[in-house]
Amino acid sequence: MSRQILLGDEAVALGAVHAGLSAAYSYPGTPASEILEYLVRLAAETQAFTAVWSVNEKVAYEEALGASFAGKRALVSFKHVGLNVAADPFMNSAITGANGGFLVVSADDPGMHSSQNEQDSRYYVQFAQIFGYEPSDHQEAYDMAREAFDVSERFGLPVLMRLVTRLSHSRSPVATREPRPQNELNKGLAKDWILLPVNARRRFGQLLDRQAEMVRFGEASRFNVLRLAEGDRKLGVIASGVAYNYFREALAGEPGLPSFLKVSTYPLPEGLIRELVGHVETVLVLEDGYPFIERQIQGLFGIPGKTVLGKLSGALPASGELSPDIVRRALGRPPLPALAPSGLPLAGRPPQLCVGCSHADTFKALNKALEGASGSNVFSDIGCYTLGALPPYNAIHSCVCMGASIGMARGASDVGLHPAVSVIGDSTFAHSGITPLLGAAQADTDMTVIILDNATTAMTGGQPTYGSGERLLRLVEGLGVPKEHLRTIEPLPKNHDKNVQIIKDEIGHRGLSVIVAVRECVQEQRKKRS
Amino acid sequence: MKQDIILAGVGGQGILSIAYVIDNAALADGLFFKQAEVHGMAQRGGAVQSHMRLSDGTIWSDLIPKGEADMILSVEPLEALRYLDYLRPDGIVVTSSTPFRNIPDYPEIDKVLEALHKAPRSVVVDSEKLAKEAGTVKAQNVVLLGAASSFLIIKEASLLGTIETLFGGRGPAVLESNLKAFALGKKAALGS
Repeated sequence: MSRQILLGDEAVALGAVHAGLSAAYSYPGTPASEILEYLVRLAAETQAFTAVWSVNEKVAYEEALGASFAGKRALVSFKHVGLNVAADPFMNSAITGANGGFLVVSADDPGMHSSQNEQDSRYYVQFAQIFGYEPSDHQEAYDMAREAFDVSERFGLPVLMRLVTRLSHSRSPVATREPRPQNELNKGLAKDWILLPVNARRRFGQLLDRQAEMVRFGEASRFNVLRLAEGDRKLGVIASGVAYNYFREALAGEPGLPSFLKVSTYPLPEGLIRELVGHVETVLVLEDGYPFIERQIQGLFGIPGKTVLGKLSGALPASGELSPDIVRRALGRPPLPALAPSGLPLAGRPPQLCVGCSHADTFKALNKALEGASGSNVFSDIGCYTLGALPPYNAIHSCVCMGASIGMARGASDVGLHPAVSVIGDSTFAHSGITPLLGAAQADTDMTVIILDNATTAMTGGQPTYGSGERLLRLVEGLGVPKEHLRTIEPLPKNHDKNVQIIKDEIGHRGLSVIVAVRECVQEQRKKRS
Repeated sequence: MKQDIILAGVGGQGILSIAYVIDNAALADGLFFKQAEVHGMAQRGGAVQSHMRLSDGTIWSDLIPKGEADMILSVEPLEALRYLDYLRPDGIVVTSSTPFRNIPDYPEIDKVLEALHKAPRSVVVDSEKLAKEAGTVKAQNVVLLGAASSFLIIKEASLLGTIETLFGGRGPAVLESNLKAFALGKKAALGS
């Protein structure tokens, strides 16, 4: 046994490797990126397994599923909204089942530190009716990842691990154990994997038949801990994931603890919940994310004779990330004595584009070219360039999900908006911009798509991208974009006037045009120099 | 034995390098720790903090509760002020006096420094000047680490050993200036 300093993300990754991982796939997204970053580094060092940045999360999921079909242990990881992109193969993989152990890691972002919503991946566990883990600390992240592959093979199903930003991006020493060897090739059975209705009905029945066993398995798991306080029947606490830590933190200095149940696996360990609820008058549910547990135990009518407190009851805020202070308050403990704030008004310091960033020059040129337009014409996408929404640029008017800018610009153009402009990065374009552009090219939609080609996935730390440089230009042309309206600009201050004119010309063209703004990310340039 | 520290600064100032040194030194000293940090969007020139918790016993929360921090260690004075309500009434602020002005409404620096001096215990060092003296303006984070070192529960030898591991690969000149930055920071703190 050795001790290593690992991020929560890395603890999951190493747990998977030590469980005999053969292949891992992902698309970058905060707070999940460091899982595959770690695996890519380790795979390069050891040459023992495959770790690949995929084109998008759906592709990543399917690649991992293929490895599982072949009998090998596979992992796919992404941020919570990445699971939306992969939802189609995800839901259907609960029907095909997994052959080699298959771990799906979905990292939620309560508080929206780097995300557009707070969706809770535990609903996906329930939706697909598979088994799920929620670690509270690094050691559990490692141990659960190891165990998850065995559980996946035991039930013949993918297993989902839900992480949250706070654990993903926290570092701590982790005790690791001897690795297990990888599986041999062992192909899946066609009758299980061909989801024609006749097979899918049978497989769905088998999935339903396993539900009770999954509940029993969770009830027996060492990760679900029930402690009943003898003689204290007032309060019982149900806490999951990092919320459990905040509960223990708040009461750390006190002599005893109220009854509690730590929930770490899904479907809910029903028997343990019944025992706790039966023992106490009031149940306080602490969970980071949506009131997933609270809503299930409260149901439509509540529990007769019992009070359930949580996010639904208003005992905890319904949105945002939990903190030790929020949980302390919910437990009725007074705030700790602290220094008062200085009273000086503290200017906020929001993130911003780097000094010298190519996007800044593109936005300056775009703003100039759009002078005199009616306003709110620019559909943007997800990446560093989303920061173009902030002053001094105020250059974009939407940001929804990966690849949305092109489809939205087309829809707005179809109903009469002009100019309709889409701004999308090269990595996001490869992720899910190609298909909407294929449709817009056939329709020769009156819109201008600006692809910001900085040759990297910059916001998440510089992962590789699939469509950049010449390859990107050939790809766009191949989609059917007319060559005379496929233009390139080099976003530099010295080219400002020229670039403004090109953007103006293409907006003036009442059909489809694509402008590729080509200049490498300054952060990546810096990395290469040092 | 335990110590809770809020590390603060602006994205790009090397907060995570300070955290790396303290993490590894803590492990060498046989301490347990949890260190929550900020990745992603905020790293692009925004306010960045890290919650660093050291203990020889169990640590529950990755985040430090308000009123529990023993120290704020900041590479930027305005950023030090941002987290005062995390500090225990007898906690210490160790900060740079060098403002990082990448926002239009940065307050008057004199008022920021005045507010910092109002904290019951504060150590304010001119990290820019000391880092230049050490040989590289980039070493301001290490100046601050040196300034904080006398107040940490970690052995100085463990901190210096980790600095050697971190910077040793970047050539003797880089290592030397970082070790000097550490020493100058430590001296300035003890003299202030």
